[in-house]
Amino acid sequence: MTEESAGWVEPAPDGAAFLRARGQWTIARSGAIERHLARMDGMPPGDMSVDLSGIARLDTAGAWLLFRLIARLRAEGRQIEVTGVRDAHRPLIEIVARIHADGPKGGHTERVGPFAWLEGLGRGLFDALDHGKQLLNFHGMVTIVFLRTLLDPRRLRPKALVTQIEITGLNALPIVGLLSFLIGVVLAYLMSDQLTQFGAEVYTVNLLGLSITREIGVLLTAIMIAGRSGSAFTAQIGTMKVTEEIDAMGTLGLDPIEVLVIPRVLALMLTLPILTIWSDVAGILGGAVMTMVALDLTPARFLSQLKEAIDLGDVLVGLVKAPVHAYIIAMVGCYEGLRVRRTAESVGRQTTLSVVESIFLVIVATAAFAILFSVLGI
Amino acid sequence: MAVHDAPAAPIRAADGDGMTDPVIRIEGLRTQFGAQVIHDDLDLDVYRGEVLGVVGGSGSGKSVLLREIVGLQRPTAGRIDLLGQDVWAIGARGRRALNTRAGVLFQDGALFSSLTVAENIQVGMREHLDLAPRLMDELAALKIAMVGLPPDAGEKLPSELSGGMRKRAGLARALALDPEIVFLDEPTAGLDPIGAARFDELIASLQGSLGLTVFMVTHDLDSLATVCDRIAALVDKQVRVATMAEHMKDDHPWLKEYFHGPRARAIGGAGA
Ligand SMILES: Nc1ncnc2c1ncn2[C@@H]1O[C@H](COP(=O)(O)OP(=O)(O)O)[C@@H](O)[C@H]1O
Ligand SMILES: [Mg+2]
Repeated sequence: MTEESAGWVEPAPDGAAFLRARGQWTIARSGAIERHLARMDGMPPGDMSVDLSGIARLDTAGAWLLFRLIARLRAEGRQIEVTGVRDAHRPLIEIVARIHADGPKGGHTERVGPFAWLEGLGRGLFDALDHGKQLLNFHGMVTIVFLRTLLDPRRLRPKALVTQIEITGLNALPIVGLLSFLIGVVLAYLMSDQLTQFGAEVYTVNLLGLSITREIGVLLTAIMIAGRSGSAFTAQIGTMKVTEEIDAMGTLGLDPIEVLVIPRVLALMLTLPILTIWSDVAGILGGAVMTMVALDLTPARFLSQLKEAIDLGDVLVGLVKAPVHAYIIAMVGCYEGLRVRRTAESVGRQTTLSVVESIFLVIVATAAFAILFSVLGI
Repeated sequence: MAVHDAPAAPIRAADGDGMTDPVIRIEGLRTQFGAQVIHDDLDLDVYRGEVLGVVGGSGSGKSVLLREIVGLQRPTAGRIDLLGQDVWAIGARGRRALNTRAGVLFQDGALFSSLTVAENIQVGMREHLDLAPRLMDELAALKIAMVGLPPDAGEKLPSELSGGMRKRAGLARALALDPEIVFLDEPTAGLDPIGAARFDELIASLQGSLGLTVFMVTHDLDSLATVCDRIAALVDKQVRVATMAEHMKDDHPWLKEYFHGPRARAIGGAGA
């Protein structure tokens, strides 16, 4: 297409009071037309007539640009007469004119100032606080529903519970066992390496047994389950949110918290302690294998040393944290799932958030337990 | 623009572009899913500047036909020319270029769920044109108003709209690049009667200015009577193209039932 047919507007030869639009006023040309119009500032004042008879093709984008031009000229205080409108173009121009009268508003305002970062910081802080408040609120809601369920155990939905126990517990055994075993190997290697320098290598067993039963076993399991089951909770519930299944439940008189959240929370609170014991055993087993290889410790010697090092109390100190972690993971997972909005993107975002948030809260809880136990002298 | 009594033929042409200028030409089309034959030796010409209504029973292959023309689904056999190009011979890139000249409104909107309505409308502009952001915002607002959505709809996500509004937003997106031809799959389903009438009016005026061609799958007998120049009925795996008046004289049992059913009779007094 030549420059000639590229649509634009120009003063007619016989005087500046006459504008002539011509060529292709279409969306494909509208970028060029707009740039041309922007260059056409500073026309002499006075009334004008605009001739449209030279327009070969007109579409909505072109009609909009024409309209903007004429509105701009009028805003400069001129009387504008429009001539030469083709019959074929008239309905389109009328539509744009009518819509323009209703005032289409384009663009959104974005705040950018020198202190935008400060505003962002404050907003982020308040969002976080608000988020915490809502999570607490959700905790209250689940507690109420849970108590109600206890009063009427028929509502416990044993089938959903058993399914969730299988998915979150039984199916997680291999991966939890394997990773714990490997961590046990690594820990035993590091400890024996250091302790050998003092000739205290046999205390590798004490250190290993204590750290795994009290801290590492339970924390490791919680983190793995947050990544494995917490994320699954969010994705499952979130997808149901997208497909409006949660809303459908409401209209059928089902309580989503009772149907979806309670079985998941209960299942995880039951399985995480068991998984923790499993993880403790696997971790110590890994450590035992490593000490046997690295320190030539016999299994009998390992066992007697372990018996000396840890007692039931140590195991319980670790184990008592498991249901709390489980509660945090399941609650955050379900809560983030229910916060999903009806977009595909939002499922992914909330799932990521759910894992990050639950691991964060699990570690905070671990620290709180540490303080509590040290105050109690356990 | 009401029912034409003239024989089925190219009705309108834009600015003397020639009367027999098919923008869609389908020859010997066959579509088969396993043993199920949907279209068999189907021929259809759609002319520049006409509004073609496509009707047919549920599952008769209207949506599939539309998808084959716009290059989303490959037919089993046959040839489809869209705007002078063989859709299934020009490759994926050629089809993408061709698609900037055709707009599609899918049956349930198919808006991008993570973009606002305005951003949905601007997707094609961003991809294919070099426009100032302000102009794109204005054009998006214009399309939003054109399809009868309130001005604040532009900033909303599709999930925040009702079903009918999503459909209008989908229409606005289909019209975003001012295409030469638009494909509409049941566009007025889910619109209130005023919205549907306004849509019909919009189609008529766009067509007047641009020589816009409309391929519209619809069950809205009002639309069929008021805006469609010709009606293609998908019966017996083929199409029968005629004006509404001619279809009403047809003896085919499905056509008879369709055009003489209670709903047709209800508007018959006003439309025919
Ligand atoms: N991808 C596909 N695979 C198999 N069958 C299909 C496919 N798409 C559509 N069909 C079948 O083709 C027929 C026509 O579908 P469609 O064009 O959607 O009907 P309608 O005329 O109601 O729009 C239906 O019976 C449908 O089941
Ligand atoms: Mg369909």
